[in-house]
Amino acid sequence: MTPVPVAPLDAAIDEVDTHPDDEPIAPPPRRLGIPFSPWHLVLIPITFLLLVPLLWMLITSLQTSAETQKFPPQLLPSQPRWHNYVDAWQAAPFGQFFLNSAMVTFVVLASNLVVCSLAGYAFARVKFLGRGALFVVLMATLMVPFQVTMIPVFLIVKWFGDNVWEGLGIDHLGALMLPNLATAFGIFFLRQFFQTVPVELEEAARVDGTSRLGLLFKIVLPLSLPALSTLAALTVLNSWNDFLWPLIVITSTDQMTVPLGMSYFQGAHVVQWPLLMAANVMSLLPMLLVFVVAQRYFVQSVASTGVKG
Amino acid sequence: MSRRERLTSRARSLRSTFLPTDTATGWALVGPGVLLIGAFGLLPVLLSLKLSFQKSDMLSDGTPWVGVDNYRKLVDDPLFAHAIKNTVVFTALFVPGTMLVGLLVAVALNRSLRFITLYRTAAYITMAVSTITQGIIFMWLTDRDYGLVNAALNEIGIGSQPFLASPSQALLVITAMTVWGWTGFTVIVYLAALQGVPAELHEAAAIDGAGPITRFRTITVPLLGPANLFLLIYLTINALQLFDEVYQTTRGGPLQATMVIVYYLWDRAFVQFDAGYAAAMAYSLFAVILVITAVQFRLSRRFTHYS
Repeated sequence: MTPVPVAPLDAAIDEVDTHPDDEPIAPPPRRLGIPFSPWHLVLIPITFLLLVPLLWMLITSLQTSAETQKFPPQLLPSQPRWHNYVDAWQAAPFGQFFLNSAMVTFVVLASNLVVCSLAGYAFARVKFLGRGALFVVLMATLMVPFQVTMIPVFLIVKWFGDNVWEGLGIDHLGALMLPNLATAFGIFFLRQFFQTVPVELEEAARVDGTSRLGLLFKIVLPLSLPALSTLAALTVLNSWNDFLWPLIVITSTDQMTVPLGMSYFQGAHVVQWPLLMAANVMSLLPMLLVFVVAQRYFVQSVASTGVKG
Repeated sequence: MSRRERLTSRARSLRSTFLPTDTATGWALVGPGVLLIGAFGLLPVLLSLKLSFQKSDMLSDGTPWVGVDNYRKLVDDPLFAHAIKNTVVFTALFVPGTMLVGLLVAVALNRSLRFITLYRTAAYITMAVSTITQGIIFMWLTDRDYGLVNAALNEIGIGSQPFLASPSQALLVITAMTVWGWTGFTVIVYLAALQGVPAELHEAAAIDGAGPITRFRTITVPLLGPANLFLLIYLTINALQLFDEVYQTTRGGPLQATMVIVYYLWDRAFVQFDAGYAAAMAYSLFAVILVITAVQFRLSRRFTHYS
């Protein structure tokens, strides 16, 4: 992830999707004498074009192999072949891939929320020796592209596997978790949010003798759920869809994550498009679900921070 | 700030600085994060620099110093030059392409209509699609023999194209598919910016007789400055790091037509186990990205209008 200062965008973030859908910004023109806004005639084709790749994936996933070997292609399967999904599921250890991705994503998510909250809170609220310098150094790592660090990180992870615990080493799921347990971005993001929480709330509790951790968990975090959700949405998506790092450290099929497994599966089933597309649909579903459910947090995360991948 | 306020705030900060437990608490709270980022974010930056002056296959213990040899080799490496050229071509097509598509879609979506939420979700959704899924879909869409795109081209009389199998078209296909993949992200950024444009400005201009196109040009476009700048830099940084799509579709081929910097870097490091050389390559990429970021800071101060 690379940071880009987006101060000018901040003003706009709050505006995203705050217009109720049915409150007109300007009176809709009705000059064409049709009972709906002419903009639908623009938006339907645009949306269709954007969705063609996904629709075509869905259609192919229900065709027979013979149907995919026609030119021009048959646009709709004569009879949807749902069994492609069963065949695809059995053609590769997809269950394992999903489990691996779920475990990695869960551990990375939980760790990021806890570690970044603690650090973000300290940077926002606690005065300690070296705070300013430490913060600058941490933020500087955000400027470094992953390609610069990936070779030494590979060597460090290998060292952990050889010297600390095998499960953290090369070709183990731990190698996918370990380097991603905390991000400078998460710390920065939460610190910014924590700073907007009124400090008076904490001062009152502090007089009552609540500890720093108590303040964080009882007062600040409950008020920071939108920020935590946004960070969570982003972390899940990045972790689940990550490809380059798993490609580098994982070689055994039983340790592969979904994207790596899909790529491997594609290499082995090069011409069986219906199976490939069925597998593709299945691999896409979890993130599609997460995305639709948490859409506003993704919108917020992009609008406020502009980070993907 | 008045003198009195300054003194009070100074007194307050002194008071909390000298609370004896705070430094311990502070370090205890940041400790886990600092250790993790130190080990996997900071230390590798230094190790990578050291590695770029060494010869290492990442397996054996011997890592002899070779001075600036790796960097010198880099200058004379025709494949690296070729990878730079491909990366620049890709970036030059991808960045403006994505911004244009994103802006057009965002403008269309920036209105209150029935079902607008559905239209928006449909536009955003490419963000959730992994680069690998995307690559597999586009390999099938642009399949030389049975692809949907070739069917459409035949329909309008152009005839089938080899696409990913062709040295002259493969990079274009990868560009198109990467543009598609980034559309959701770009639309969200532009839509946020467009919704930040005050409606009163448009209303006032409309009363003065400005048509929709004039209003877009004179009100909307200037206020999109920050979003444009952000996307320009952010998309460029990501374009320079293109890897997944190339790995999935062409592996740098055909005839190295899609060999880009990071693919070459990965190949050198993790296929040919020439880690020192790859580290030198990574540092060169880092330098370029830093320069671009610095230019961005300069430009953002000069061209961005804060309201």
